Amino acid sequence: MSQWKQTPSQTVGPYFAYGLTARQYNYPQTSIAEGAMAGEEVEGERIRVEGRVLDGDGAPIPDAMIEIWQADTRGRYAHPADPRGSNAGFTGFGRTGTGTDPKCRFVFDTIKPGAAAEGDAPHLNVIVFMRGLLTHVYTRIYFSDEADANAADPVLSAVPADRRNTLIADRDGNTYRLDIHMQGDNETVFFDV
Amino acid sequence: MADGNSITPRDWAAHPPLIHPDYKSTVKRGPTKPLVPIRHSLSELTGPVYGHESLAPLDNDLTKNGAKNGEALGERIVVTGRVLDELGRPQPNALIEIWQANAAGRYVHENDRHDAPLDPNFFGGGRAVTDAEGRYRFYTIKPGAYPWPNHANAWRPNHIHLSLFGPAFASRLVTQMYFPGDPLLALDPIFLGTPEGARNRLVSDFSLDVTEEGFALGYVFDIVLRGPRETPMEAGR
Ligand SMILES: [Fe+2]
Repeated sequence: MSQWKQTPSQTVGPYFAYGLTARQYNYPQTSIAEGAMAGEEVEGERIRVEGRVLDGDGAPIPDAMIEIWQADTRGRYAHPADPRGSNAGFTGFGRTGTGTDPKCRFVFDTIKPGAAAEGDAPHLNVIVFMRGLLTHVYTRIYFSDEADANAADPVLSAVPADRRNTLIADRDGNTYRLDIHMQGDNETVFFDV
Repeated sequence: MADGNSITPRDWAAHPPLIHPDYKSTVKRGPTKPLVPIRHSLSELTGPVYGHESLAPLDNDLTKNGAKNGEALGERIVVTGRVLDELGRPQPNALIEIWQANAAGRYVHENDRHDAPLDPNFFGGGRAVTDAEGRYRFYTIKPGAYPWPNHANAWRPNHIHLSLFGPAFASRLVTQMYFPGDPLLALDPIFLGTPEGARNRLVSDFSLDVTEEGFALGYVFDIVLRGPRETPMEAGR
């Protein structure tokens, strides 16, 4: 094995907002990404994805940061490892904190991703950061109106059946809603990515 | 087994556990159920791509990028190092975002209630992108220690927060850089939450070579991210 070992993770702490999500929190610095992900020129169905992050007491967490990484409407990731290339102007990356919404929601305005590969269901890849989380955790958000695709998805299928609902956002108009439960009976499935 | 379509796993001998009771906020916020294994696909092997076009000229100079009518107060420092993968290969074009307290131990953040002065000429946020050799460089002010409510008379050691994108979503890292010889390290549940054998990787080295004569002390902090297992990442699967 190599002498180069992974640098340990540490918590994002309570004060990330002016550094990582400055524009959302009205600090003067620019931000590399926000909750608004899809400009007018981006092809695809406009959707909103929102939810809360709940602690072990079921209380909404006001200082979490959520990042999502997604494919475009044709299932392509804007990254060199995806040989298909992505449509211009859509990075597929969003970042938002839960501290500016009165109900502590994260809100992403984006497009619905296509399936990235045959047999995969459309989904958002999610990272959760917060004070009190020394190492970030990964989860996914699937869509309730993709029942057939969800049933065939290899990642969802590997999740115990009684926990799959923690990964599937409910559609209501153009909005998908899903709360992330850090603990409790309904604890969200987090992946060992 | 070598696998061009995968990235090295998270090394749990390096990273803190999800629940570390000495750090009280972890108790109600850390997941309790085992993480579910996942087979890496493009979803994990790709990630946001940021490069030099993401930077403004003073982004890596925190001594100047928040200046309004004078110089930032405190001890000027240089923080530099390389971003590497686990085979020691430099990671070029890696975006690093940092944020930190000012010299008095106070954050610009509106929730920071520590009774220490804000510096009108210091903001505390910056960015850099690594060069072809994986190297980055920041100019900043040495951050002060600050109290926090975890336990009686609790103080965070001097630290700089860092956020990095490596080649993939799976190589994402958020961490904190500490300073050598800080007596608060031995008392800090966040630092001590890190497995013992890995803690020293979070502490920068003082370097006289990096120190700029008459101007700023130099610290070196190399960062190792997860990367492709053996060969460079191949397309598709
Ligand atoms: Fe801090």
